[in-house]
Amino acid sequence: MRSLRAAVALTATLGLAATATACGSGGTASGTAADKASAKSLDGQTVSVAAAWTGVEQKNFQKVLDAFTAKTGAKTVYISTGDNVSTLVGSKIEGGDPPDVVMMPQLGVLQQFARKGWLEPLAPAVADSLHRDFAKIWADYGTVDGKLYGLYFKAAHKSTVWYSPAALDTAGVKPPTTFDQLLAAGHTLSDNGLPAFSVAGEAGWPLTDWFENIYLSQAGPENYDKLAKHQIPWTDPTVVAALTTLGKVFGDPQLVAGGGKGALQTDFPESVQAVFGDKPTAAMVYEGDFVGAVVSGELKKKVGEDAKFFPFPAVGTGRPPVVGGGDAAVVLKDAKHKDAAQQLLQYLASPEAGEVWAGAGGFLSPNKAVKPAAYPDDTTRQTAASLIAAADGFRFDLSDQAPAAFGGTQGSGEWKLLQDFLANPADVNGTAQRLEAAAAAAYKG
Amino acid sequence: MRTPTRPRSSGAALRRRGLAPVFLLPALALLGALVLYPIGWSVVRSLYDAPGTGFVGLGNYRTAFTDDATLTALRNSAIWVAVAPALVTGLGLVFAVLTEKVRWGTAFRLLVFMPMAISFLAAGITFRLVYEQDPARGVLNAAAVAVHDTFDPDPSYPGARPRPGGPATTSGGAVRAAPAPPGTAVAVPLVGLKPAALPAAAKPAAAPAAGAQGGVHGTVWLDVTPGGGTPGTIDPGERGLPGVTVRLLDGQRTVATATTAADGSFAFPGHPSGTVDLPAANFAAPYRGLAWLGPGLVTPAIIGAYLWIWAGFAMVVIAGGLANLPRETLEAARMDGAGEWQIFRRITVPQLAPVLGVVLVTMVINVMKIFDLVFVVAPGPVQQDAGVLALRLWLVSFGGGNDQGLGSALGVLLLLLVVPAMVLNVRRFRRSTR
Repeated sequence: MRSLRAAVALTATLGLAATATACGSGGTASGTAADKASAKSLDGQTVSVAAAWTGVEQKNFQKVLDAFTAKTGAKTVYISTGDNVSTLVGSKIEGGDPPDVVMMPQLGVLQQFARKGWLEPLAPAVADSLHRDFAKIWADYGTVDGKLYGLYFKAAHKSTVWYSPAALDTAGVKPPTTFDQLLAAGHTLSDNGLPAFSVAGEAGWPLTDWFENIYLSQAGPENYDKLAKHQIPWTDPTVVAALTTLGKVFGDPQLVAGGGKGALQTDFPESVQAVFGDKPTAAMVYEGDFVGAVVSGELKKKVGEDAKFFPFPAVGTGRPPVVGGGDAAVVLKDAKHKDAAQQLLQYLASPEAGEVWAGAGGFLSPNKAVKPAAYPDDTTRQTAASLIAAADGFRFDLSDQAPAAFGGTQGSGEWKLLQDFLANPADVNGTAQRLEAAAAAAYKG
Repeated sequence: MRTPTRPRSSGAALRRRGLAPVFLLPALALLGALVLYPIGWSVVRSLYDAPGTGFVGLGNYRTAFTDDATLTALRNSAIWVAVAPALVTGLGLVFAVLTEKVRWGTAFRLLVFMPMAISFLAAGITFRLVYEQDPARGVLNAAAVAVHDTFDPDPSYPGARPRPGGPATTSGGAVRAAPAPPGTAVAVPLVGLKPAALPAAAKPAAAPAAGAQGGVHGTVWLDVTPGGGTPGTIDPGERGLPGVTVRLLDGQRTVATATTAADGSFAFPGHPSGTVDLPAANFAAPYRGLAWLGPGLVTPAIIGAYLWIWAGFAMVVIAGGLANLPRETLEAARMDGAGEWQIFRRITVPQLAPVLGVVLVTMVINVMKIFDLVFVVAPGPVQQDAGVLALRLWLVSFGGGNDQGLGSALGVLLLLLVVPAMVLNVRRFRRSTR
């Protein structure tokens, strides 16, 4: 998850407090509502839920669990897994003490668990809600080898270009809707003395997100899926075309603050600060919805006033891309309270559950039936609307779907090669060949 | 067997002989479990592929010697071993000898030794900041920029460039104005600066006063109006760029030089024709110091941080040796009229040789396994350029690579490289205890 990585990057810059946040609390029992003793369907049952969320996210998810308790009478126990869900849950399963429900933060982990036979398929009622209220793509992402295991409860949107309204007004620029307009707007911004984009090249993963948005829009979802599974090579003409498009931004010192070299020394929090800090050195920063959290949390600026976003513009004749991620709820095969667990999933599939967290903020629901009014502000409503509007055009982050050695490792694979590309954007073909070589090695292993 | 040949193998001796292995057993078991078994298993594991199921023979070793990143790591490790221990020992020796001579020697030693008390991680984070490229954050570049700017002030308008599609063009960083018909003003509209970045003295742009219009004349101004404006013309509120050097060229030859006034105007009275040229020095990017953490300098930079940490240790050990040196030889040399440098070279260093050897070999072993400092100091994009064997080992086996076969192969290589240094150290131990 990008948001997770962003959070880690943040804490790391703030003094490596990451270790402290990674080990969450052991478990919190909540049964206040159940004590009211009104006869409810699941009175006396307890469902344990494991998830990676800590801090505010854990607190907000607890609200959802409390609402479930109030509705059904089942008690819930929250288990924080920290960053490494697969290791913790895997050891709990092998140790004979599995949680009932796990929130899967990565597609790869979901597939790995399903293939190991650790997951219970969704109950028919849950599947029905899923098919009724969610775009088909979410069911597809929850399906492994023809069986439906995962219910996506929380989504992330990573096709948002954040901008400083003041900078755009000064330059007389309107938020662009096509990539060419974006380039033109960038040049106008630069003429007015502010480089268009701050690019977090030191982090690596924002570069993969840049590429993914361009590729999804330019090459289309079918090619995107093939590339994610490495069914087409990275030397494919569509990849070369996307790199060429990306090079139009990365290779233009007017569009990238500090040029390629400067960008390579900018990490993610710095890139946000470069736009929304007190001394702006760029007008726009591209990254996911979590930029809003940095703007309001770290920089104490108002999202919607000091910081706005426009959807990542369409490249060429393609549709505007919507790339993102999501957390899927699954029931474990060895769960001790399967019925109650399936009931919890049934509840999580309902718009009601989504609206509970939506109201608390920091949440997007892939559920079509969640009312826009449930979101706390216009900016979030706008992101949610864009996510729902994308429907089956939505795609998971490509680098998250790749083996970690290729798509998720600092200093190697796609991250490193795109950083090299940022330093030398003219070398499109060489970059494609090196990407293919790295991908071939990683997908083989 | 030697036992039977022993003339007086009494029962007590036998019992002692029988007891020895019993007492040795716990230590041997521990050694076996914690050292021998892991080494053996690493060797076996290095012959298998990433999942650990397929036998690949020496394939992992072949990969290690063909993979670019691993080769870079090998090269860097070699640089480290060749440079760092010698520097640490040399610096330690210099500090030790000097602190013996100065009055506040102990205080100085304490200061130099202090970094030893800081963890590599903390030292790494500190040096990451020290080496930061941005002079506003990296202290080293702040110093470099301060020194540089004392001798060579910053250009006035970094990043300014002619309005695209306007009458002026850029050639090699310099701005070349389009020729204007004689008697009319040359327009040089520039963009790429924030209006707020102009000096306070800048006045609204204007053509030069009528009296100055005898020759080539014109205006250099910032063609940027918030919210739009008309490109290429002086809109109300647009200000001139004062202090820009303007040259008048006749072909390649500079005929005259002028500087723009507060309203951005310039004039070359008495020169009816020529090309107006604004040299690149007006617009060059300001000096920002060195890229310490760039691919070229990152390894020397990290070695610098390593020196900072370990020089104190070397100094203390060497100072200990120095204190134990027999004074007579020094005094005898002095009596014979040897200079301080001669004494240092011919007496002190040779007598200290065993201690220096210990420090050097310890440092070589220490440097072989250097990991944390490189991991913390090198930023992501140059991590591979700064990579060393131990870091590479960790990266390929746990840090995302998930190929513990290759990782084990690197571990075995690292072991083979450390063994000579170990053997040397053990020999030295034996000699000194004998």
